[in-house]
Amino acid sequence: MKIWDWDYAWEVLPILAEASVVTLQATLAGFLLALVVGLLFAVGRMTGPAWLRWSVTGVVEFLRSTPLLIQIFFLYYVMPEFGITLDAMPTGVLALGLHYGAYCAEVYRAGLDNVPRGQWEAAIALNLSPWVTFRRVILPQAIPPIVPALGNYLVALFKETPLLSVIAVLELMQTAKILGSESFQYTEPITLVGLFFLAFSLVSAALIRQVEKALQPRAGRRT
Amino acid sequence: MNNRNDTTPGAEDAPPMVRFAGVTKRYGDLVVLDSLDLDVAAHEKVAIIGPSGSGKTTVLRMLMTLETIDDGTIWVDGEPLTHMERGGALVRADPQHLRRMRGHIGMVFQHFNLFPHMTALKNCMEAPITVLGLSRDEARERAGELLSMVGLGDKLDHYPSQLSGGQQQRVAIARALAMRPKVMLFDEVTSALDPELCGEVLSVIRTLGREHRLTMLMVTHQMGFAREFADRVCFFDQGRILEQGPAEAFFAQPREARTQQFLRAVMEAV
Repeated sequence: MKIWDWDYAWEVLPILAEASVVTLQATLAGFLLALVVGLLFAVGRMTGPAWLRWSVTGVVEFLRSTPLLIQIFFLYYVMPEFGITLDAMPTGVLALGLHYGAYCAEVYRAGLDNVPRGQWEAAIALNLSPWVTFRRVILPQAIPPIVPALGNYLVALFKETPLLSVIAVLELMQTAKILGSESFQYTEPITLVGLFFLAFSLVSAALIRQVEKALQPRAGRRT
Repeated sequence: MNNRNDTTPGAEDAPPMVRFAGVTKRYGDLVVLDSLDLDVAAHEKVAIIGPSGSGKTTVLRMLMTLETIDDGTIWVDGEPLTHMERGGALVRADPQHLRRMRGHIGMVFQHFNLFPHMTALKNCMEAPITVLGLSRDEARERAGELLSMVGLGDKLDHYPSQLSGGQQQRVAIARALAMRPKVMLFDEVTSALDPELCGEVLSVIRTLGREHRLTMLMVTHQMGFAREFADRVCFFDQGRILEQGPAEAFFAQPREARTQQFLRAVMEAV
């Protein structure tokens, strides 16, 4: 028996390419959700009333301290008990978004803490509303420095999408497993999946560097 | 002008523009300001001097609502700032009241606090558009005029990082003026500047004093400037006004031993 069957590899490639679209969709949707959820967590933790700060802190700690796999199972199998039933893909996106949102919250917090107090004070002296202050003054300064850290989480989240195979989302890994079980040839599909992940990770790292660069001149330097 | 006595000019006939009435500020056990009473008349220029830790910057920060007060009331233009009237009684001001009253006051900070991601022009346009509701064109025109007035008409599109400290501070002055405040607060505005850059900032403030009828309070270590520019000088020590008077008289003949000692020390330092 051959170690590597080129014909079989070419045969499964289109099927895996199709599944990679699902992986990318889950990654992008999950990450967008994580960015929004993370910001809400961070802001709730920084500016909310005491009860909100404590509950957000509790939720963030919980999400960070329990495995993503369990959160996926929980959302998929336990939430229906409470009347909330979601399809596999939305459930997966939600789990990824919440889990990584908790990590992004910490990154946002570092970014927000990094904006000098004088910026908030200048905004008060100019009578800017809290919303304008946040959107126009604070966020544009808080975000550029944390793009690399957020980018790391994008790649990390992407690499965890195979976990969605446990709730039968037909992403790359699940598809590869099905292909393997049909032909009893696992080497080719699993290797191709690995290569695909490698390629995407490298491409996104390059993209993140571009975003980082593009944001640099706008942010200016503080003197 | 220099032979005025210690009372606030015009205090009998017009209400003061700014009034601190029994204002106390504490940080824990530390009393930063101890039952401060201070009236500033409309268009008056008051210099606040004193050793560090004497509470002088706190005076400005409370007036800008950057610090809360523990006791007393601050009034601006005849209305309470830190409180509001409700059912005939004074209660703590709510955020809406603070926002409305803050519109009367502008502040320039020691470290400029310009928005680093906005050009000089944008720094001066942001608040007039979002707070005063000016159109972009109106705001641009107003910002352009003010930046020209502070001598930066050719630097509109520069980011703060591309400007010298003195230029940044002049942008900060233009930015505060764009909100058309009645009271301007200057908090050690030259302290973070190299000595050769102080002059350009002080000359802008001089022009303001000449051409605009603003009420000004400035915390400063520039005794020469305080003497020449201010109508009145207040010397703060340990959370109280130890001595105050018309600038010229104050510097020519300080009465208190502590004031004399402070002025001697400051003069020796230059």
